[in-house]
Amino acid sequence: MKYIKFFLVGILFGIVMSKAEIISWYRIYEMFKFQSFHMYGIIGSAVFLGMISMYFFRKKMVKTFEGREIHISPKKKGLFRNLLGGTLFGLGWALAGACPGPMFVLVGKGVVSILVVIFGATLGAFLYGLFKNRIPH
Amino acid sequence: MEFITQPWAWYVAGPIIAIIMFLLFYFGERFGVSSNLETFCSIGGAGKFVDYFKIDWKQNSWNLVFVAGAIAGGFISAQWLSPSDVVAINPQTIQDLADIGISNAGATYLPYEIFSVDTMLSVKGFAILLIAGVMVGFGARWAGGCTSGHAIVGLSNLELPSLISVVGFFLGGLVMTWIILPLIF
Repeated sequence: MKYIKFFLVGILFGIVMSKAEIISWYRIYEMFKFQSFHMYGIIGSAVFLGMISMYFFRKKMVKTFEGREIHISPKKKGLFRNLLGGTLFGLGWALAGACPGPMFVLVGKGVVSILVVIFGATLGAFLYGLFKNRIPH
Repeated sequence: MEFITQPWAWYVAGPIIAIIMFLLFYFGERFGVSSNLETFCSIGGAGKFVDYFKIDWKQNSWNLVFVAGAIAGGFISAQWLSPSDVVAINPQTIQDLADIGISNAGATYLPYEIFSVDTMLSVKGFAILLIAGVMVGFGARWAGGCTSGHAIVGLSNLELPSLISVVGFFLGGLVMTWIILPLIF
C-alpha cells in the first residue's frame, strides 16, 4: 500500500509530460534550435519553484510525511564526469528526442519503437558500470 | 474539459513538475528517473558480472512504481485526454526539418522517419534508436543524473555538478541538432 502514492505521482508525471508535449521529439528539436520558449519556460518555472521548496526544506519548515527532516544528498562532484557524461547524454537526448522520463511515458502512448531506445539506455547504464573504472570522472 | 484536452502551456507544466519534485521529497525520496536504468541492470543479474550492480535494488522499488505510473499516465493521456496528436511547433522548425529530410513535422508527436515500425525494422533505423538509447543511458549514469535529477532537482538545489552537467546536456544537444542530425537523414 505504501507504494500507491508513488504510482499516483507517476501518473501525474506521465500526464503532464504528454499534455505539455514534452514527450514530443519535435519539442526537443525546437528547443535546441532556440525556436520556441516552451521547453525553457517549463524547465525555468519548475526550477524557480523548486528553489523555493528547497528553501523550505533547508529551513526545516517542511518535513516528510513521517516527520523526518528532508536531507538532500549532494550530487557527486567531478568535472569530467559531469561535462563528458552530460555531453554524451545531450547527444542521445537530441537524437532520441526523449530523456529517460518521457521514454517510459511514450511506452504508455503505445510507441513500440521506444522500447529499442529503453533497451539501449539500459545497455548504456550497464556499459557504464562495466567501464566505470577506466573512464575519467 | 477543454482546458484539459487542449495542449498544456509551459506555465501549467513547469509548476506541476515542481509539485511532483516536492511530493517525492515529502514522501522521503528524490526525483530522478535514470537511476531506474541501473535498477533494471541489477534485477537482470548484472551484479554477477560487475560489482557496481550488486545493490539491494528493493530500496529503489518506489522508483519502479513511479515509472509504472508514468507509463499509465502516458496511456491515460493518449486514450482520453488528447483528442489531437498535432504539436504546434514553430513554422520555421517545420521548414528546417523538411530541409534535413523529416517531413510533416508536428503532424504527430514523433517523426515517422525515426519512430515508425518500418524504420525500426530497418538496420539503420534500429541502429539509430539503439545508439541514441545507449548514449542517454551511459551519459546519464556517467554524469550521475538526467534531466530530472540534474536539471530540475540539482539546479533547484544550486548544485555546481548539476550546472556543469546541464551545460554538457546542451553542448551535446546542440552538436546533435545542428551538426549531426542534418547528416543522418
